[in-house]
Amino acid sequence: MNTHIKANLVVLVTGVLFGLGLGISQMIDRDRVLGFLDITGVWDPTLLFVLLGAVAVTVITFRFILPLPHPWLADRFYVPTRNDIDWPLVIGAAIFGIGWGISGYCPGPGITAWVLGIANPVLFMLAFLVGSWAGQWYLGQRRDRRSAASQASQSE
Amino acid sequence: MAAFNWVTVLSGGILIGVSATLLLAFNGRIAGISGMINGAMTFAKAERWRWLFLLGMVIGGALYEYVLAPQPTPHSTFAPGAMIGGGILVGLGTRLGNGCTSGHGVCGLGRLSVRSLVAVLTFLTTAMITVFIVRHVLLLTL
Repeated sequence: MNTHIKANLVVLVTGVLFGLGLGISQMIDRDRVLGFLDITGVWDPTLLFVLLGAVAVTVITFRFILPLPHPWLADRFYVPTRNDIDWPLVIGAAIFGIGWGISGYCPGPGITAWVLGIANPVLFMLAFLVGSWAGQWYLGQRRDRRSAASQASQSE
Repeated sequence: MAAFNWVTVLSGGILIGVSATLLLAFNGRIAGISGMINGAMTFAKAERWRWLFLLGMVIGGALYEYVLAPQPTPHSTFAPGAMIGGGILVGLGTRLGNGCTSGHGVCGLGRLSVRSLVAVLTFLTTAMITVFIVRHVLLLTL
């Protein structure tokens, strides 16, 4: 079996595990997610264990994986390298949280909940794409303004 | 509801962690779902693998719901306003902030990334404030 096929097999299997995890943890039930976020109401803290369980695994395994010269089936790691805190990060995360609090879906469950055969997650994902493209357009404008500004300051 | 105790939920979380671990160890990729969708939607040849992951997420969800689930997942009431409004904000916010619950939460915290820690604390806080305002100030059911 060549590397390309093996890598695609890994992608499919990891996707299945991810979807299975979202189902088992009931992240696909948006009422349950909203119950978790409702800390001043009848708070249901159990969903905290989704993040805790997942991070407990990654915080250990990533320590051993990331120092490797390269992944087992690829020539390099595709991992973010930035560590500066900028406004798009903070404002973006804040906006995402507001949307999550309104809808009860974040992107993962927004996909996996399609298996329930209800309209909510489908409508959510279509709206997600609209918002995402608006953000992409804004970031493009921001980059153009910044490069124009730096060129102007260089020519002075 | 008793079937979904914290042990069940924890095992779901561990599966997600194992998924993120395998994808990074074998393919060097981050299991961040907002990035997965945005990359897939470029329809570029180099990003084609992302569709396979999204397909896997649906297969995994179906495997749970129709084979393993002790009882069917409740269908939430149809809420078009919340879906459109919330969906746009989630799409916009994850694009600007470069990630969501999985990219910043599961993977970013696993990498001990400061950016991700800031993002997670920020979106958890605004999500909780939003639910508080919606449910206890505006008295709405979304």
